[in-house]
Amino acid sequence: MTAFPIEKIRAEFPILKEKIRNKPLVYLDNAATCQKPQAVIDSISHLYSHEYANVHRGVHTLSVKATDRYEGAREKIKNFINAKSTKEIIFVKGTTEAINLIAQTFAKANITKGDEILITAMEHHSNIVPWQMFCAETGAVLKVAPINLQGELIYDQFEKLISDKTRLISVVHMSNALGTINPVKKIIAAAKAKNIPVLLDGAQAIPHMTVDVQALDCDFYAFSGHKLYAPSGIGVLYGKQALLEAMPPYQGGGDMIRKVTFEETEYNTLPYKFEAGTPSIADVVGLGAAVDYLTEIGMDNVAAYEAELLDYATKKAEQIEGLRIIGQTKEKGAILSFVLDKIHPHDIGTMLDSLGIAIRAGHHCAMPVMDFFEVPATARASFAMYNTKEEIDVLMSGIEQLIEVFG
Amino acid sequence: MFDDLRDLYQEVIFDHNRSPRNFRVMENADREVEGFNPLCGDRLTLFLKMDSDKIVDASFQGSGCAISTASVSLMTEIVKGKTEAEAETLFKQFHEMTTGKEENVNLEAIGKLAVLAGVREYPARVKCATLAWHTLDAALKNEQKSISTE
Repeated sequence: MTAFPIEKIRAEFPILKEKIRNKPLVYLDNAATCQKPQAVIDSISHLYSHEYANVHRGVHTLSVKATDRYEGAREKIKNFINAKSTKEIIFVKGTTEAINLIAQTFAKANITKGDEILITAMEHHSNIVPWQMFCAETGAVLKVAPINLQGELIYDQFEKLISDKTRLISVVHMSNALGTINPVKKIIAAAKAKNIPVLLDGAQAIPHMTVDVQALDCDFYAFSGHKLYAPSGIGVLYGKQALLEAMPPYQGGGDMIRKVTFEETEYNTLPYKFEAGTPSIADVVGLGAAVDYLTEIGMDNVAAYEAELLDYATKKAEQIEGLRIIGQTKEKGAILSFVLDKIHPHDIGTMLDSLGIAIRAGHHCAMPVMDFFEVPATARASFAMYNTKEEIDVLMSGIEQLIEVFG
Repeated sequence: MFDDLRDLYQEVIFDHNRSPRNFRVMENADREVEGFNPLCGDRLTLFLKMDSDKIVDASFQGSGCAISTASVSLMTEIVKGKTEAEAETLFKQFHEMTTGKEENVNLEAIGKLAVLAGVREYPARVKCATLAWHTLDAALKNEQKSISTE
């Protein structure tokens, strides 16, 4: 492999030149949201400056151009995750909406009282609460597979929880609070053996590795654009065509219909059946540009570079006395969640901020994970492909300094 | 090193964080209210012993960041011996100091609490400092329930 073009990549992210509190920005909050390359910013600006109109509607030139850009992005995303067809790529606001869409459509049509939905104890709230709401409404039962102190899914217990009543398994591909990458192939194989559909929450996984939905053989895959170097407010729900065809629509409105009379409405074909109303056109185009950008770099190269970063950061962190890493499995994405003896994560966050370092301090929308590890919160440094070992040095030196100050 | 933070993290704050005052469960407390900041997981239980409308003892339990621990520790010291009305006035002053206009703050009345004035410049941290006082407010209004900053 040729060397990872880190200098070139850094130069393509304008915000990385910013100074924070008079220090060079060290942005390590990528699991919350990541920064945008110039190519993405330009794609949006270009669309609004030269090619913007509503999509799928007008016969005029601009509408045709905008539709081409919009549908062109769908094609790029189809290729990026290796879906079979663009009919399987549904644009939504983000991962949260994708999961809610499944709860409102697929689940409502297929899951009733006494049926079970299986998740894990390391889910983000967005893969817990929609199911709790669904279960409260329908009398279905939410089952939660436990994790161990390394932050790994206890697979044997997970498998035991798959029952004759399980109608859906919804699992996070990579945990945002721990970094754990779940054994999704094994999970999907076990589910397939019992004919149970699997939804993967891919919000954290997709910026860090090659995701091939056909190789995974998952039924649904949800992700957000804003963690994938694309704008916020846009995301994707991938679903196998046959499942999507059989599902009732999500929201009613324009674009999702073929024919409307006051007596009846005929719904549009896929993927439009699930895309009511004017979509977030520019954000979709931005997502297409982000996918182009990443395809050129190569997701396998990104994964290899980030694995090096995580390894470097973990070794450095282990040398700091009083630092405890939360989430210590070997199968991990580029996330370093940690706590310090007697220093609250919010104090860590504020102190590092004064050094120009942005990390997340809090419960990471995964309160059950915090309860499991008996911590109120953690500090989390999460890496992206534009981060460097030098930045990790700045982080570690910052941590050492603040430990000293707290005495 | 951390020069920018000197206004926020004063030595008094480190001191109260290291050894919080009145950090104990109070047997036979007249008021006991839990305060919770779901955003950062700060959690405290405030205990008050009353003699008619006078706070004769105050203590707390819980865990939180340095700002929230120092704030509740300082608060339990300052409200002891105050009447409910005096404590409410202090709460208003404290609120003004952390979120309102500087010129409206009576520095003499606020006394030692002034070390927490620095949070004004850190909007993300204001709730850490005010959690204690919102909990006290609920306790004085005799709301025997959990209060939350969110």
